[in-house]
Amino acid sequence: MAHRVIGTSPPRADAWEKVRGRPIYAGDLALAGMLHGRIVRSPYASARILRLDTRAARALHGVAAVLTARDVPRNEQRMELPGRMAEATAGAVLATQPVLAGDRVRFQGEPVVAIAASTPEIAAAAADLVEVEYAELPGVYDPLVALAPDAPRVHDSGNLLRSWHLRAGDITQGFARADVVVEHTYRTPFVDHVYLETESGIGWIDGEGVLVLRVSTQVLEHYRDVAEVLQLPHGRVRLEGAYLGGGFGGKEDVTVECLLGLLVWKTGRPVQLVFSREESFIGHGKRHPYVMRYRTGATRDGTLVALDAELISDSGAYAALSPWVLLYSLVTSTGPYRIPNVKVDATTVYTNNPVASAYRCFGSIQTCLAYEGQMDALAEALHMDPLALREKNFLRKGDALATGQALETEPMLAETMRRAWAGLGERRPARAPARIGRAVAASFTPYGRMCWTRDSASAWVGMELDGTAVVRCAAPDVGGGQTSSLCAITAEVLGLDLDHVTAVGRDSHFTPRAGTTTATRQLLMSGNAVLNAARELRRHLVGAAAALLEAAPGDIELAGGRALVRGAPDRAIPLAVVVKAAIGEGRPVQVLEKYDAPSAPTIDPTTGQGKAFNDYTFGTHAIEVEVDAETGRTRARRLVSCFDAGRIVHRANAEGQLEGGAVQGLGYALMEEVALDNGVSKNPHLADYKIPTSLDAPEIATVLLESGNGLGPFGAKGLGEPAMTPSIAAVANAVSNALGARVTELPITAERVLAALGGTPA
Amino acid sequence: MTLTFTLNGQPCATEAPDHWTVLDLLRDGLGLMGTKYGCGEGVCGTCTVLADDRPIRACLVLAAHVRDRALVTVEGLEADGQLDPIQTAFAERGAAQCGFCTPGMMLAAKALLLESPTPTAHEVREALSGNLCRCTGYAKVIEAVLAVASSPR
Repeated sequence: MAHRVIGTSPPRADAWEKVRGRPIYAGDLALAGMLHGRIVRSPYASARILRLDTRAARALHGVAAVLTARDVPRNEQRMELPGRMAEATAGAVLATQPVLAGDRVRFQGEPVVAIAASTPEIAAAAADLVEVEYAELPGVYDPLVALAPDAPRVHDSGNLLRSWHLRAGDITQGFARADVVVEHTYRTPFVDHVYLETESGIGWIDGEGVLVLRVSTQVLEHYRDVAEVLQLPHGRVRLEGAYLGGGFGGKEDVTVECLLGLLVWKTGRPVQLVFSREESFIGHGKRHPYVMRYRTGATRDGTLVALDAELISDSGAYAALSPWVLLYSLVTSTGPYRIPNVKVDATTVYTNNPVASAYRCFGSIQTCLAYEGQMDALAEALHMDPLALREKNFLRKGDALATGQALETEPMLAETMRRAWAGLGERRPARAPARIGRAVAASFTPYGRMCWTRDSASAWVGMELDGTAVVRCAAPDVGGGQTSSLCAITAEVLGLDLDHVTAVGRDSHFTPRAGTTTATRQLLMSGNAVLNAARELRRHLVGAAAALLEAAPGDIELAGGRALVRGAPDRAIPLAVVVKAAIGEGRPVQVLEKYDAPSAPTIDPTTGQGKAFNDYTFGTHAIEVEVDAETGRTRARRLVSCFDAGRIVHRANAEGQLEGGAVQGLGYALMEEVALDNGVSKNPHLADYKIPTSLDAPEIATVLLESGNGLGPFGAKGLGEPAMTPSIAAVANAVSNALGARVTELPITAERVLAALGGTPA
Repeated sequence: MTLTFTLNGQPCATEAPDHWTVLDLLRDGLGLMGTKYGCGEGVCGTCTVLADDRPIRACLVLAAHVRDRALVTVEGLEADGQLDPIQTAFAERGAAQCGFCTPGMMLAAKALLLESPTPTAHEVREALSGNLCRCTGYAKVIEAVLAVASSPR
């Protein structure tokens, strides 16, 4: 079926406002009588709080509140996720972070005191007047050390947070069949999301005594966490989602919400809380560092026969989402390949490092570095073409992952790889000391949440009397075009021009709940919910139009804001007339619908067997890099990203995900690392924590395939996270190709390149 | 202190504390919220505005600097109800995703185009290299600037 709106590339619903600088981000709103929040944080990674004296701070003129742990009704930021989550983490030590630390701090940057004052300057002065006496405690900063029996304990219950295991076939027999075995250990660092907008929000109490928070968040459902902390009925806290200045998973966990809620509730006045960049660096969750030992066996003809892997991730000081991030790693650990004999043990561990949690790709990117590194290492050992080796082992429709889940549709992996590689074009010459390296990395990434969460989203679509439509759906827009997609789906189904569809509000209380903008789930979830609502609404409009036009409902089309009879273009009436007629007949012109993702039981934590995710997005990066053998400097020259999008809903938005994900990954591969000295950040500033600039970004080409196989609207899959997954592996493989030596640790700094060339460890 | 300067083409006279930066002046003093805080130390470029057609970092420059100068913020790119070509190009080509870097990015591009109306792709990259974007990978941003440069004036 030909689409009118789906797959085109008009300016997004939010584009014209954004180029005028007009969207009101969470830090842009000011209210009369507003106070300014300020957080006092621990300078130590592991310490006991011996004494806390806030008297001088409270005495300062203009200070309205100086709050400590004793002021928090329930001092625990427990994330209550619906679904069978508790069942899946039975036995795990889930240490939740307090809103304000009581007698113990476990990471640098942990909030200790929350202040509200009439100006930012007074709030800062009050922060300086807070006296905190700490006694440093022994800490643990390496997850491997943390697992030792005599290691300092981050929590009384121990440092082991959670283990998952994957078992398929017989690993001993598998390796016995192998002609070639390659083994490498891959290491990735803590990295930061570096959204340009720091964590921010404003809160007030409205006329009904409801605490309202307007916050930059990916998760409107955090209103529940705030309510639990304040011990209020959930309905007494309302979260209003502003447009986000970027999220990438960093605004998935609670950031300002509980601190802000506490300050507003205790002072009874509007409060604004905006984190400084330094606070953002030390205050929010990072991507987990991983150590991944991979041993992979293949027969002489390149058939993969066995994988033995051990993954250890550093969760930092609290659990946050670490068990789930680790589960994504477990499921993706084999890569998109048929491997009959698999043994993978995955463990996440507490340390006194920064808390690690969600970050775009959510555990699927670290494993890609390892499984794709192994494929190139195997190709070299087998003297095979790396693309041919991959193609021989790629999963095809009907093949099962090591978890036992069979793929129900063709993943098109070989096509994404061939198209990406072909897109690199002719190898361009390099002059010494520059060396050119080229490589690919294939990948698979889940879209949508884990099956057993019974994920669901609701949406409302209604007609106005002028024949235009309104969409109400609480799907936070992080910048990926979420709102725009919902408008496009509605316009497509109702035959409206895009500018006759308005999507309003992202609000926990005023718009139907659509769940989190995380896990590459919004197009799947809120997209399908809007699709269901729009189709139901269409049915009513068609019924009314059929009566007006004296035609069978099956012959009615909606197009260009009119209802018309198929094959008789002169028999047409404006939708405005249809809407009024429908109301006159008592037909509904407003529809609330939901979409429930398919559900499955929890996987077996000891074998990993079961259906963890409903579906996956597959794609490949091909990259050419230039490495200067004298300086060690690596430049990405050209990058091609090819994915099966399932169906393109908005072409420029889809391309934008691919381009942005690739460059974010380039930073992770080549330059980014939260540098820690016993848990204390040495680079909490953008001058020292470098991310790619326009001069670092390569020439990028994107190729989008449309299998129509996705579970989303019109067969769409999700692209947000998958777009980044292959990036670091492609870069590491290309640098390895340039050097003739395997690079297995990120970031690939000049020092590491020179060490690889000189044969000495960096 | 009292400051008189030209703001988005209009004369402006206002009071500001001595310690205020241009960013404080714009956001807290004048209520122009299109200019964003991203790092407060002149690295990310989200607070970029034009002073006498040159890009400055509003978070680093003291408000006193704008005295008798012509300041242009994102709110002033639109003139007589007409968007600047750079705004149209950013909207039409998907150069704004989250939109937070967009005001500063467009003003850095505007400064380049005022100085050099037909830049090469590399010159565009150099001119924007002080403005960080985490969403787009810069591809559509560069494309949008080049589209303005090559379009008939």
